[in-house]
Amino acid sequence: MFKNLVDWIDARIPMTRVYNMHMAQYPAPKNMNFWYVFGFLATIVLVNQIVTGIWLTMSYEPSAAGAFASVEYIMRDVEYGWIIRYMHSTGASAFFVVVYLHMFRGMMYGSYQKPRELLWLFGMFIYLALMAEAFMGYLLPWGQMSYWGAQVIIGLFGTIPVIGEDLALWIRGDYVVSGATLNRFFALHVIALPLIIVILVFLHIVALHEVGSNNPDGVDVKRPKGSLSDDEKTKFEFHEYYTSKKDLLDDVVPFFPHMVLKDLMAFGVFIFFFCYVMFFNPDMYGKFIEHPNFEMANNLKTPEHVFPVWYFTPFYAILKAVPNPFGGVVAMFGAIIMLALLPWIDRGKVRSWRYRCGLHKWNLIIFAIVFVILGYLGGTPGTPFKEMISKVFTVMYFGFFVLLWLYSKNEKTKPLPERITK
Amino acid sequence: MKKLILTLGLLAGMASTAVSAAGGAELPYKADIDQTDKASLQRGAKLFMNYCLGCHQMQFQRYERTFNDLGIPLEVGMENLVFTKDTKVGEHIKNAMPKEDAAKWFGAAPPDLTLEARLRGPDWIYSYLKSFYVDPSRPFGVNNTVFKDVGMPHVLQELQGVPEKVYEERMIDGEMVQEFVGIQSDGSGELSEDEYDRAMLDLTNFMVYIGEPMILERESIGWKALIYCFIFWIFAVLLKKEYWRDIKK
Amino acid sequence: MSNAPVDNSRRRFLTVATSVIGGAGAVAAAVPFIASWNPSARAKSAGAPVEVDITKIEPGQLIRVEWRSKPVWVIYRTPEMLKTIEDISADNLKDANSEVEQQPAYAQNLHRSKRREIFVAVGICTHLGCSPTYMSEGYEEVVEGVNAGFYCPCHGSKFDMAGRVFSGVPAGANLQVPPHYYIDDNNILIGEDQEGAA
Repeated sequence: MFKNLVDWIDARIPMTRVYNMHMAQYPAPKNMNFWYVFGFLATIVLVNQIVTGIWLTMSYEPSAAGAFASVEYIMRDVEYGWIIRYMHSTGASAFFVVVYLHMFRGMMYGSYQKPRELLWLFGMFIYLALMAEAFMGYLLPWGQMSYWGAQVIIGLFGTIPVIGEDLALWIRGDYVVSGATLNRFFALHVIALPLIIVILVFLHIVALHEVGSNNPDGVDVKRPKGSLSDDEKTKFEFHEYYTSKKDLLDDVVPFFPHMVLKDLMAFGVFIFFFCYVMFFNPDMYGKFIEHPNFEMANNLKTPEHVFPVWYFTPFYAILKAVPNPFGGVVAMFGAIIMLALLPWIDRGKVRSWRYRCGLHKWNLIIFAIVFVILGYLGGTPGTPFKEMISKVFTVMYFGFFVLLWLYSKNEKTKPLPERITK
Repeated sequence: MKKLILTLGLLAGMASTAVSAAGGAELPYKADIDQTDKASLQRGAKLFMNYCLGCHQMQFQRYERTFNDLGIPLEVGMENLVFTKDTKVGEHIKNAMPKEDAAKWFGAAPPDLTLEARLRGPDWIYSYLKSFYVDPSRPFGVNNTVFKDVGMPHVLQELQGVPEKVYEERMIDGEMVQEFVGIQSDGSGELSEDEYDRAMLDLTNFMVYIGEPMILERESIGWKALIYCFIFWIFAVLLKKEYWRDIKK
Repeated sequence: MSNAPVDNSRRRFLTVATSVIGGAGAVAAAVPFIASWNPSARAKSAGAPVEVDITKIEPGQLIRVEWRSKPVWVIYRTPEMLKTIEDISADNLKDANSEVEQQPAYAQNLHRSKRREIFVAVGICTHLGCSPTYMSEGYEEVVEGVNAGFYCPCHGSKFDMAGRVFSGVPAGANLQVPPHYYIDDNNILIGEDQEGAA
């Protein structure tokens, strides 16, 4: 009975084939460590955001007059509305946590290097779309931080020479952030950007499965066709799409169930932390939901300090570190573009930092620390000392890329293992 | 796996230290409140409805929800805690003061207080309530050490009495200096100092409740969720190990 | 070697156990999403019982009050109206004795009301939900020999002064009588039985 149904469907759409190709018979290197779970977790969070988001729109009122009250209505009067809202607000921050870790993984193991440049670029586009999505979503509760955060960020466009002022006006649809801005952001946040993100995620996975997963050693698990003896070949059955072109070493496991179970285990840990934040610390000391946002937007009164949410603060610190406003905007976007250009900035041939020079390892660790410190600097009130070190760390941020470009050309690397290690 | 737990734990730890390091100005008092203390919440509600609601609304919360959560029978609540005419129990906690008039009288419309506790935190509210002092230079004759040049009168003066700033003469670097040591009531209020502190704690407690009325339910569901996550994780680990047993390292 | 799981009781047990636990979690996670579709606390509160002062209603007059966003009629029936209720032959009605549960037990009588004169009913046609028109006179043109009643403009369903549906019309059931009780001689509370919430 069940088999008949499957046959019936398979005759019409390639259900079983796609399932085998991308799940049950997709080869994944067996040495993928815990750094490799964040892509899976990001997908989970994406689903969470979409589902809770749909539910929130059922009671949310996208208007300057009603938005703030409707959020409180969801929190107080809708049955379990508060759970759904906290799932969404916690999910927004969780998304960036896992995406940043996912990106750092890519940098550690050289997952952006040939032939995965396009995979990395799709990832960067997802990241950009995600930032736009988060920024627009943050306006919707119509609190003081929503309002003034949006005012400041849209104001950035105003610093662009010649067209800036008109551009900012066009984005807002008013002389200040207003109901018009709220409504267009709502439309983009709930329909346009989620659609774009889902399509990009699809392309990201297509690109991944075409070139295959990297691994912590950065050495290939595929060999030219016919070069391996039966002993060296994998004992699992993989889809002919992969086996017909290359021989697979006995270093791969099927994505389902082996990798999925690993991800599931990680999911158990992740959901534990997620629940902790959601149920015990939903505003995360004012970082996930900033405290001034508990006051309704007021266009006549600016909060004492205006900061973007934590996931934007590294770039915000870079913005503020440059004295010229437009220069700051250029530096901020430059900081993101540098990341996107990594596959070409890094001229090295060895992927994983395990086998690259000591300088590379330190460069990368310091880059991560610089990023975190910039995040701290961009999210706390400025002092002259902090402004000074912001400049230093901004230079260090860009310094990472310059150094990488310089030493990667003739890098002294360690010998690569023949096959993946543990 | 250990690394994953470590990483996420580390991130959470980092976030909290960063936040505490960036903490705001020091507050003189800490509010030791208990959300499960229904009697305290009820006293707090009574204080709010009698002294604060005249000017400050809690327009996002309904009376009915409040009475139910605080264990006040609806009829009792309607009789003793609702002072606006023709108000139904299902309506929001509002006053009859027109916004424009309020702005004229006080310079700015008194803010809504539904989310005040989430905006400023319980310690701030408790400290603020205890920090009014006589200052004849201000329009209402009082000022506040926590909220400088506050634009509201000391509504609770009849309870606290007239609060005066107290200074002490101290030797600092060989000079006699008048140092501010605290605020002392002249004792003309209805409540003693301890009683006033207790009352302000009740009021703070009530405002924390109003800020997030589901707080107790949230934490009780939270514990169940955490326990569930842990059990799920154990099984996920066992299952993963079972499948990976055959894979040569 | 295939990718199919090895037949092994431990493996099977763990797979089933994890699936069951995971499934239970998914069900629990679905609860807030399903529950959030219930009427919100605000909507429930807005649907609270409504008090009606009946001293102002004149004989033959119908007043409408809103309860749970539905029109509820309160009608002071004249002696003539009451008489037609008694006179209509049971053959002309689909449910002359109100056997279908369209009313609380205390209104399951000839006049379908607690007091003979005062009739309380939800003013929504039991066919497709239009609100019938009240005709205190000239009803003879609609139903011969009946001086007053209700006529639904949408599909022509007809009801007598006790809200009973006539035969030969699309509506199948009598008009609904909402739970209600007399707080005192002059006031009715609509939406609640005497003992408690409806």
